[in-house]
Amino acid sequence: MGQQIDVNHLNIYYGSFLAVEDVNLHIAANKVTAFIGPSGCGKSTVLRTLDRMHEITPGAHCTGEVLLEGQNLYAPDVDPVAVRRDIGMVFQRPNPFPTMSIRQNVLAGVALNNRKISKSDADDLVEWALRGANLWNEVKDRLDNPGIGLSGGQQQRLCIARAVAVHPQVLLMDEPCSALDPISTLAVEDLIEELKQDYTIVIVTHNMQQAARVADYTAFFNLKAVGQPGHLEYFADTSTMFNNPQNEEAERYVSGRFG
Amino acid sequence: MSTASKPSASPAASSLTQPVNGQKADRVFRGVAYACGILILVTLAAVALFLLFRAWPLIGGDQQANSAVIENFTGGKAKSFWGYVGPLLFGTVLVAALALVLAFFVSIGIALFISHYAPKRLAAVLSYIVDILAAIPSVIYGLWGGLVLVPAIYPFWNWIAEYLGWIPLFAGPAANPPRTVATVALVLAIMILPIITSIARDIFLQTPKLLEEAALGLGATKWEMIKLSVLPFGKSGVISASMLGLGRALGETMAVLMILSPGLKYSFKLLQASQNQTIAANIAAQYPEADGIGVSVLIGTGLVLFVITFLVNLLARRITEKAGK
Amino acid sequence: MTQTNPTGTAHTPTADAAPVIDFDKFKPTRSYTAARKRKDIAMRALIILAFIVALIPLISVLWTTLVRGFRRLNWDFLGHNMTNVIGGNPTPSGGYGGILHAIIGTLEITLGAMLISIPIGVMCAVYLIEYAGGSKLARTIHLLVDVMSGIPSIVAGLFAYSMFAILVGPGTLNGFEGSVALSLLMIPTVVKTTEEMLKIVPNDLREASLALGVTKQRTITKVVLRTALSGIVSGSILAIARVIGETAPLLITAGYIVSTNANLFGGEMTTLPVYVYQEYSKYRANCPADAASGCVTTIPMERAWSAALVLIVIVLVLNLIGRIVAKVFAPKKK
Repeated sequence: MGQQIDVNHLNIYYGSFLAVEDVNLHIAANKVTAFIGPSGCGKSTVLRTLDRMHEITPGAHCTGEVLLEGQNLYAPDVDPVAVRRDIGMVFQRPNPFPTMSIRQNVLAGVALNNRKISKSDADDLVEWALRGANLWNEVKDRLDNPGIGLSGGQQQRLCIARAVAVHPQVLLMDEPCSALDPISTLAVEDLIEELKQDYTIVIVTHNMQQAARVADYTAFFNLKAVGQPGHLEYFADTSTMFNNPQNEEAERYVSGRFG
Repeated sequence: MSTASKPSASPAASSLTQPVNGQKADRVFRGVAYACGILILVTLAAVALFLLFRAWPLIGGDQQANSAVIENFTGGKAKSFWGYVGPLLFGTVLVAALALVLAFFVSIGIALFISHYAPKRLAAVLSYIVDILAAIPSVIYGLWGGLVLVPAIYPFWNWIAEYLGWIPLFAGPAANPPRTVATVALVLAIMILPIITSIARDIFLQTPKLLEEAALGLGATKWEMIKLSVLPFGKSGVISASMLGLGRALGETMAVLMILSPGLKYSFKLLQASQNQTIAANIAAQYPEADGIGVSVLIGTGLVLFVITFLVNLLARRITEKAGK
Repeated sequence: MTQTNPTGTAHTPTADAAPVIDFDKFKPTRSYTAARKRKDIAMRALIILAFIVALIPLISVLWTTLVRGFRRLNWDFLGHNMTNVIGGNPTPSGGYGGILHAIIGTLEITLGAMLISIPIGVMCAVYLIEYAGGSKLARTIHLLVDVMSGIPSIVAGLFAYSMFAILVGPGTLNGFEGSVALSLLMIPTVVKTTEEMLKIVPNDLREASLALGVTKQRTITKVVLRTALSGIVSGSILAIARVIGETAPLLITAGYIVSTNANLFGGEMTTLPVYVYQEYSKYRANCPADAASGCVTTIPMERAWSAALVLIVIVLVLNLIGRIVAKVFAPKKK
């Protein structure tokens, strides 16, 4: 089952530069929450703080708290590695490991963590994850082929399978369809709809139609000017956001008048 | 906010504070990587320190014994360490500088040929040939130089001595066999040629197409285009490549040892034998017979060589770094 | 007038129109055009000439080594050392001595150098690229690695000799000392090629692995290094090819003997390049007047050429393997 996330007074920095200012947000369990907003508003940056991937960039850090079911991910005794095992991530460009087969890619999270796993368990896990990612039927006969031999859309679903195989509670998706063709995009969107039965999903997207199609809630991020920190401008359930937003900037953005 | 006060916290969430397996390996790995980085600093310092330590008797030891050893090395020509290392340093720089002069234009020519004249397929083959030239061990260049080049090139040096002998550099009579600075410089030039060529080629290939097309668009011929865009763009890279080549030539041992008939003079007579010797070749030649203070003297000369090549290389890298910014 | 003229060019205040220009004045003369063309062709010829000039020594070196080296290259030469070789006389086995001890020495000393430099070099590059991320210390180390690659090989030999003299005892000569000297020359090459390879591993892969909750150490060893493996292997092979032909540092650290010594840590050891040099400096072998007809005075030079041929073959084969590894096993780029 998915878990909920609460973000309290989150400020995100690159070195001394404040990139995103004072975000307060509730992400409901087993729902899809979309982050939208113009380029540079920090929506991907916020997403990356939710599984502590942000701090990989040298000099990047943040203040405030991110609570997963009430537990602060930034508490001093929390290891970022443990956080990332509970919160999975899918990236903008499909990035299967080039040295690994399809099967090894799915098992990567388990194998790289040195967990011993029997062959039959591994087979089950591969099938379960690939079925979960709607990819099983397309690749079941060539599991030992290299993962990068697949098409872009298949690669992205392979990456989703790889993320769900470590059985996270939350799945973060950073513009997962921006590098895909329309048909693959639909396949991934259908998949997102199914995945929310089991996971809490947060998706960053540039594509407002996509947000409208897949999300239950939508958060609109904005920035006052270039060089100014981004902030959360408006948060609402998706139909309100796109049909009757109670915020002028959001209204201008979703109606396509800027951004 | 404490975990215990939140009854909703599921088992999975509370596992966040449990130690992650592999944490220890993570720290050890990081430590090892850091240590290996530091080891580079330590090693370079150790090279200088160990050499200094072993060369110390030269400075702090019995000066009379020192000069006795040096007199023994030189057949009475030099008495003090600086009197000994001076001509060696002169010979080292002379041979290396000559090699650089000989190799420079040829290298630039080959680099331009590969980067701008040859068809793509041919260019790949040529690059490979240059790499082979770099891969041949120096002892084989020495063997070839001593047994093939030395007899073959005498007529040429003789001709030069005869017709250009009025230039002090080429004062005759040309030695036969020509185990001379001129021949050694030629072999060293062949050895540093691939170093300069491959760096220059890489830089020339990086010339922005826009610059080249701008020149061609103005109606420049190919050579004018190269002069206008490629050479100015690659200038600092070529300079730094030459410094690296110089560094290599300064430290080359075997080819010099196997070809040159050594001397200990401040002499520019390139075509005559027994004029100069280089530091590196001198160490290799004297080492088997040296003992005690003798070894110290040789290590002292090695330290001088180390400092000089260090500075030349540092300068070369600085130039590249600046150009890279 | 200049105040009202935004472009700042000076032309007569009365004329609003642009000045009339006689472009014929700028036309190149025919002889000038021809001169430019001649210069272009001359430079092209010079550049091609430069290339041919460089080819001559390469072909000459390879050809003479091949022809002269072939004369004495046989199984007896490869299978025996230099014990029982007296002057130019044939040995009881029917040959004239050989390079078995030198091959063993070369392999062991180079292997020792590999075992020292590859782990240190790779880990140093890992530190520079994966951990230090452009800090001041990293930049200093990077610069010093570059400088270190320019250390003359004889100085590396002196360093190893001095180190063993201080740590073990004066006058120590053994194979491992040679390995240490070669490592000093090899480490910078390994660091630099590994750095290059780690730089081209896409950041996406690191993030993908970390996002799966994999520790940094496992991400580096199992994803980053694994992806860069072929490049690192090929770079290391090329580094080996470079140091396997080193002579000067081994001359003063590993010494020279005629018999086979397989103990890397005790006693002097001969390597192939040193063997070539030693035979070269013998110049001629003695043949007494009453010597048998099989006595060959020029045998040292012939042995030198044959050993040189073996050395060149080893170096070129290593080069070839390095290149093939780099090409064949390189991960397919997206």
